[in-house]
Amino acid sequence: MKKLMFFIITFSAIFGILPNVYAMHIMEGYLAPSHCIAWGVLSLPFLVLGFHRIQKLLENDRKNITLLAMAAAFIFVISSLKIPSVTGSCSHMTGTALGAILFGASPVAVLGIIVLLFQAILLAHGGLTTLGANVFSMAIAGPFLSYAIYKICKKCRANTKVSVFIAAFLGDFFTYCITSIQLGIAYPSVEGGIVSSVFKFLGVFAPTQLPLAIIEGILTVIIIIILETYALPEMKLIGFEKEV
Amino acid sequence: MTVKNKKIIVILSLIVILMAFLPFLALKQAEFGGSDDAGSVMVEQIKGEYDPWFTPVLENWLGKEIPEEIESLLFCLQTGIGVGIIAFYLGRFVERKKWQNNK
Repeated sequence: MKKLMFFIITFSAIFGILPNVYAMHIMEGYLAPSHCIAWGVLSLPFLVLGFHRIQKLLENDRKNITLLAMAAAFIFVISSLKIPSVTGSCSHMTGTALGAILFGASPVAVLGIIVLLFQAILLAHGGLTTLGANVFSMAIAGPFLSYAIYKICKKCRANTKVSVFIAAFLGDFFTYCITSIQLGIAYPSVEGGIVSSVFKFLGVFAPTQLPLAIIEGILTVIIIIILETYALPEMKLIGFEKEV
Repeated sequence: MTVKNKKIIVILSLIVILMAFLPFLALKQAEFGGSDDAGSVMVEQIKGEYDPWFTPVLENWLGKEIPEEIESLLFCLQTGIGVGIIAFYLGRFVERKKWQNNK
C-alpha cells in the first residue's frame, strides 16, 4: 500500500515538472459559439440528473460521501498526470470510469465538471467556452460507455477485474473519439466534409491515447482491488457486489 | 489483502511504470508536446489560419500565457488535492480494517 502511494506521488512529481505539456480537451476559443451552446445544452440534463442522484445518494446515507470524494479525487489525480506516449506527444487520462462503475454514469458528470472547471480557470487547459463540449466527452459519454460495458460484462459473469479494465479502457478511449467527432463537426474538411475531418482528428489523438487508455484501465483495476479490500462496507452501501 | 491481489497489484504497477516511461526513454528525439497542440495544428491544416475567439480567463487577466513553472505548480496542486483526499480516506480504511481484525 505504501508502495502504491509512493508510486503515485513520484509519478505526480515527475510528470508535474515535465515542461510544456498540454494535453487534451478542446482548447478555449476553438469551438464556434453556436457549438459551445449546443454542447452545453446537451450536457445540462445529465448534470441535473447527476446532481439529483448525488443528493439521493447522500440522503440514503451520509457515509456515501467518502467513496464519492475518493472517486472525485481519483479523477483529479488521473487527469492531472500527463503521460508520454509512443507517438512522442503527451496526453492525460480521464479517470472517470471508477466513479461510473461505483455510482453509475450521471453522478460522474458532476464530479467531472469540477475538474474541468479547475483546469479551465486555473490551468488554461480546456476552456470555459468549450466546457459544455468537454463535459460531454469526458464526463458524460466516457462514463456512460464505461458503465454500460461494466454492466454488460457483469451480466456475462465476467471476472470483476477484467470487467473493470475493459470498462475503463474503452471509456477513456471513447472520450477521445467523441472529442474527435466534436472537432470534426466544428471543422469539416473541404474535401470529404465532417467524416474526413473526424478521421483526421482521430489520427492525431487515437495513437497517443491508446497506450494511456490501457494505463487508465490498469490503474482503475488497482484502485478497485484496494477499495474491495479496505472499504467493503462502503462498497456494499452503494450496492457494489463483491465477487465470491 | 490476499497474497494473490498483492501480486496482481505489484505486477500491474510495474506494467504501468514501464508503459509510461519506455516511450519517454526510447524516443529520445521526440518533443513530447501535448496532443491538443497537435489538435490545433490539425485545425489549421483543415481551416487555414485560425485565431481562437476566446482566450483562457487567467491568461486574459495576466495579459500573457501562464508561465510554465506556474502552470506545473497548478497541475501539481491538482494532483496534490486528489492524492491527499485518497490517501486520507485510504489511511482510515486500512487502520479500521486492522482494528477490526484485532478484535
